[in-house]
Amino acid sequence: MSEPETTPSGAAPVPAAPGAPLVVASGLTKHFRLGSRETLVALDDVSLEIRRGETFGLVGESGSGKSTVSRALLGLLPLDAGSVRFDGLEVTRLKGGELRRLRKRMQMVFQDPFAALNRRQSVAQIVAAPLEAHGIGDRASRAARVEEMLDLVGLGPAYRERRPREMSGGQCQRVAIARALALDPELVVLDESVSALDVSIQAQVLNLLGELQQRLGLTYLFISHDLAVVRYMASTVAVMQRGRIVERGSREQLFRSAEHEYTRQLMSAIPAVDPTVERARRRSARTEAGVSSGG
Amino acid sequence: MTTDTVLDVRDLRVAFGDMEPVRGISFRLRRGERLGLVGESGSGKSLTALAIMRLARRAQLSGEVLLEGEDLLTLKPRQMEKVRGGRVAMVYQDPMSALNPVYTVGKQLVEAIQLHRRLDRRAARERAIELLDDVGVPHPQRRVEQYPHEFSGGMRQRVMIAMAMCADPTVLICDEPTTALDVTTQARIMDLLDRLVEEHDTAVVLITHDLGVAAGFCDTVQVMYGGRIVERAEAEALYRASLHPYSEALLGAAVDLNLELGVPIPTIGGSPPLAGSLPSGCSFHPRCAWAQDRCRTEVPLLREVAGRLVECHRADERAAAVKEETHVGA
Repeated sequence: MSEPETTPSGAAPVPAAPGAPLVVASGLTKHFRLGSRETLVALDDVSLEIRRGETFGLVGESGSGKSTVSRALLGLLPLDAGSVRFDGLEVTRLKGGELRRLRKRMQMVFQDPFAALNRRQSVAQIVAAPLEAHGIGDRASRAARVEEMLDLVGLGPAYRERRPREMSGGQCQRVAIARALALDPELVVLDESVSALDVSIQAQVLNLLGELQQRLGLTYLFISHDLAVVRYMASTVAVMQRGRIVERGSREQLFRSAEHEYTRQLMSAIPAVDPTVERARRRSARTEAGVSSGG
Repeated sequence: MTTDTVLDVRDLRVAFGDMEPVRGISFRLRRGERLGLVGESGSGKSLTALAIMRLARRAQLSGEVLLEGEDLLTLKPRQMEKVRGGRVAMVYQDPMSALNPVYTVGKQLVEAIQLHRRLDRRAARERAIELLDDVGVPHPQRRVEQYPHEFSGGMRQRVMIAMAMCADPTVLICDEPTTALDVTTQARIMDLLDRLVEEHDTAVVLITHDLGVAAGFCDTVQVMYGGRIVERAEAEALYRASLHPYSEALLGAAVDLNLELGVPIPTIGGSPPLAGSLPSGCSFHPRCAWAQDRCRTEVPLLREVAGRLVECHRADERAAAVKEETHVGA
């Protein structure tokens, strides 16, 4: 029961030439009322532009509003203010059939593959579900599509009849990716999609995502708390804190010279996989923070 | 005089029926030493910790776990209760599920303190406030009256650390203590652990999947795979050059801010073996680029190669290759 290998095609997660804007969000604002007096500002005037074929990285700590942004972009969250345009269509104004048609073009992959997959269904049923929901094809053509999708994510036909509990986390995440791609979407929102995976499996899935992007020309919104993973995946990066985008720029710009204090804080908190570097880094961070005294 | 060794684990095995997720591991921990136990899920690292604490439910344990010479595996449950939270304490990944939501933090701390020290309520409460202060919880006088849900994730983990340190344990086991936390909080919690264990000369077993966290904290690192320790070395030596192909793959696949962009992350195919269906011979051989016929049939044993412990038939060749490389590089 070994995990299939991703073909080392030399595929890099960096898209070729970024194209026209696919998603343009401006002034997204959302308040949640907490009781009678308090309100939580979940989104505070968030604007961003995701270009076709690129990976847009959205990074921030828990509660910063990353996932709320993605829900707003997909039209899953009624906004207090702001607009979202997907390929020129105003997402916030679409209703019924129009919205359903638009949703086919945007799909999501979540953090916990076990929670996101129906435990009672086989892999084939899971991957076919969106096709059925949108009334696409007949039994035979759907089965063919499932096979194609599983092959795409590196799972052989042997996996068709497996259930989620018979698979590893990495295999389940591949199934979730296959399901997301079954409708041939343009935008895939990857919300902490590799965060729950083991190191070696995370690397496999990141490589797979890069490869799929190149083959299918996908646009990714890559949401993660892990700045190191975002750096590897995304060509454009936005940093969120308390419902606001505090800094945004190209990867090169952001990682060479972050301007916002919070971005710098995030960067300096990421451990280096090297004891010499990491200890020196921790020591200097501690001295700066003035907590080294202890005694 | 006792020796410097505070914890001596000998051929520890954890089994559930026919399944044996921890298959005979041995290691020693000196006073004040920081040992990292790294590996992926299913490698047996958490179960090792639970076995040491005798918290692995329904498991058959064998081998020896000598805490300052006393075998924990032979203690009666009542005796073990005294050891747990006393001389050996544990910090878990998820502080919310380790704290009782219906009692104040103070009440839980007082309870923990009174289990191991003869203090009246008032003195125990004073001690609880001191402990909260020591782990960096602001306004401890006020916070001691609050419930776990009134604390942030990082603050809850500080409470857990206070609780674990309350009896000044000889050995502290931290099982993914920062995995559920944000990265900036993680850095502060690791700093706190760093300071506390240094002040108290506590020996620590840090279980983590995060090789960066282990790099910053540990003196020695043990890599686990398929229920065995496959490599044990000083942290610097291991990260500089791993001799076991699995350690090398694991380190290669880790993502940090220095990872090369625009090329696939070096990784190995396949996934870790399940305890119920271990491959023959070396359990890593199906994923190993170095595997030969011998690796498929013959189980390797942990042995000393080039100043460290490695469980690989080809460790000598790999050590020679590494040495050559360093010489060329120098």
